[in-house]
Amino acid sequence: MSMTAQLSTASGVNHVDADIKASGNSLGIWAMRVAFIALVVGLPMGFFQAAERSGLFPWLESTAVYFASTTTHGVLLAFVLTTFFTMGFGYHTMAHSINKKAFFGWIGFWVSLVGTLIAAVPMLTGAASVLYTFYPPEMAHPAFYVGATLLVVGSWFWVADMLIGFTQWKRENPGKPVPLVMFAIAINALMWGWTSLGVASEVLFQLIPVSLGLMETLDPGLARTLFSWTLHAIVYFWLIPAYIVMYTIMPKEAGGRLFSDEMARIAFVMLFIFSVPIGFHHLYLDPMQAAGWKLLHMFGTFMVAIPTFITGFTVIASLEIAGRLRGGKGLFGWIMALDWKNPVVLAGMLSLLMLTAGGWGGVINASYSMDVMVHNTQWVTGHFHLIFGGTTVIMYLAGAYWLWPKITGHALYSKTLAVWQLWLYAVGMVVLTGPWHALGLAGQPRRVSSTPYNQFPEVVASWGTYELLMVIGASMIVVSGFMFIYNLCKTASSKIAASEAEAKVEYAQAIHPPVRVPRLLNSFTFWNWAMFAYMIISYGYPILQFAFIGTPGVIPWGY
Amino acid sequence: MSSIHIDPLEKKWIWAVGTIVVLTWIVQLYYAIADSIHPPSNVEVIDSAKLHMTEEFAEKNLGVKKEEDGSYTVTMVAARYGFYPPMIEVPVDTKVKLRIASFDVLHGLHVPGSNMATMVVPGYVSEVTTAFTKTGDFPMICNEFCGLGHDYMYAKVRVLAKQ
Ligand code: HEM
Ligand SMILES: [Cu+2]
Ligand SMILES: [Cu+2]
Repeated sequence: MSMTAQLSTASGVNHVDADIKASGNSLGIWAMRVAFIALVVGLPMGFFQAAERSGLFPWLESTAVYFASTTTHGVLLAFVLTTFFTMGFGYHTMAHSINKKAFFGWIGFWVSLVGTLIAAVPMLTGAASVLYTFYPPEMAHPAFYVGATLLVVGSWFWVADMLIGFTQWKRENPGKPVPLVMFAIAINALMWGWTSLGVASEVLFQLIPVSLGLMETLDPGLARTLFSWTLHAIVYFWLIPAYIVMYTIMPKEAGGRLFSDEMARIAFVMLFIFSVPIGFHHLYLDPMQAAGWKLLHMFGTFMVAIPTFITGFTVIASLEIAGRLRGGKGLFGWIMALDWKNPVVLAGMLSLLMLTAGGWGGVINASYSMDVMVHNTQWVTGHFHLIFGGTTVIMYLAGAYWLWPKITGHALYSKTLAVWQLWLYAVGMVVLTGPWHALGLAGQPRRVSSTPYNQFPEVVASWGTYELLMVIGASMIVVSGFMFIYNLCKTASSKIAASEAEAKVEYAQAIHPPVRVPRLLNSFTFWNWAMFAYMIISYGYPILQFAFIGTPGVIPWGY
Repeated sequence: MSSIHIDPLEKKWIWAVGTIVVLTWIVQLYYAIADSIHPPSNVEVIDSAKLHMTEEFAEKNLGVKKEEDGSYTVTMVAARYGFYPPMIEVPVDTKVKLRIASFDVLHGLHVPGSNMATMVVPGYVSEVTTAFTKTGDFPMICNEFCGLGHDYMYAKVRVLAKQ
């Protein structure tokens, strides 16, 4: 029996029933189409914002348009792109890795899509310019909250789908390790379930009732605490699919093997447990939580370094294997020997570089005492565009280049265009975010549509050059976004069939494909309870306190 | 229970990362305790709609006060779209305690180049203590989106040489 297990995992291709494949493919591609439409609509808005706030184009300036645009840009890129990409990637993975059909399937897709469209109306008409964090007591049109809630509720159907598939497969294959790619998707689904509870409670119990006039006041301190529950782990919900591409697709594309399947599982489990109960680093400068809780969350925040560095090690070691198999010699020779013309490999390298740079910035933000220098400055915008817009989204792009030929059956229209696109995207991201970090250190606030502080010449003196660079970086990214969409559309309408290798869904194999793994790395029961306990410790009292500190209610305001 | 393979080099790597994490904790804990550097966290509630009826945040009591121990206390209100009073003067290298409350929505404040920064959440009093190290005029900028006039919400901090 262990022999067959070994044989069946010796190749990363799994048997998939035709109907399951068809359903996984169409759910997968439709969700990703929505995701990338959000991207290509959102990017020009970003460009507009950069140009508007630069002050270089006075005829462009409009505060009302700026904040409507920034709200829409944030929601499209942070919520719509990410949720739909992750859903699509999950549906596809579940079909191809464990041969399971989604139980709810299109229900989740449609609920999320309808929610997105409902929220789009107030956002685009300027009736919801409260930014993607929608902090009360400023209030948007109720349709904005209802739409956002439906987007999340749709994703819960997806969460259920992933966990049902995972559980069924385990029942049918007792003792066998769930394929790594599915294990990671399922853990992301479970984590998103936990993560989304914070914002869901805020919206259901505070924002919707107040925006509909059913409740007169709310406690903004409670709202911010609940939002912080979601705000950190949501970035891991976005990032994990990028890591999954690095662990389970990139080593294969690079022509090598995954360095360690078990370490990958350990990293994903750690990302799960260390991402949710630490959201207070977003509240360091808030009055309503005592310093001790912030310190506690700081300790937990830094733990995330461990799975991050494991990922760095395992992924780079996997690339090294590939580089050496391709004839690379010496300490660094293997790097040059890698296939830099393969979109997934290239994106992975660029992503790791951006992660390294952005990670250092993150250490500053997460610091109990240093955050105060950068909090809510343009540094923060620089940080999350680098880690999220850069590191994370570039892997989504790579995932799409990998998937489109597999789902459509057509050869990728142009690999060369893809390679240029990825370079342009990454360079643009660095040119955009480098200056933002500098502007932030120089004191420029984020979330302003202009910077009218000229009566303080010493403070604003250094800003001009950076503003220009930011506009240049922004244009590079927009052009690169169009190149990406063009390539996918041309692929879909192409007449050239994908080669067998291009059409085959094959996940990377570990050097030692696991025959068995410890229960803790194959089941979530223990980790669920651990999360429960950790959440009680880190959020129990801080939320309960609002029941007795007696905050006078705060009425809603427009903006 | 099956065992797992961890490459010896990767094991060392994890130990190294673990050590770095612990060192990072220690450094932060050291500064928190030894220099009492804490983020502003005083958990004090107030009725934002009735600030003018409180003693402390009534209009006539806002501004800079010198305390007996030589430190300064600054009392301010944040309201769309300004900080009140719109200008404060304090001496350099002197302990300054700012107490501020919001009259309406969420605001934030930051004086670039200094540790004077806090969120201002309606329903709560924010308190932050620091000392300015450079003389000159600095903006106190609202750094949390508070409405369409947010860009223009700033005050002036004049840091004077010590007499
Ligand atoms: C052409 C490329 C881009 C440009 C020029 C750009 C520019 C901007 C600007 C100027 C803001 C407003 C910042 C502020 O007022 O504080 C913003 C916000 C934001 N951007 Fe981008 N962006 C780009 C791409 C992206 C990408 C690829 C993502 C992620 C997928 C992203 C995610 C966000 C998010 C989540 C916000 C919300 C920030 C907030 O509400 O404070 N952006 N972007
Ligand atoms: Cu965070
Ligand atoms: Cu303000």
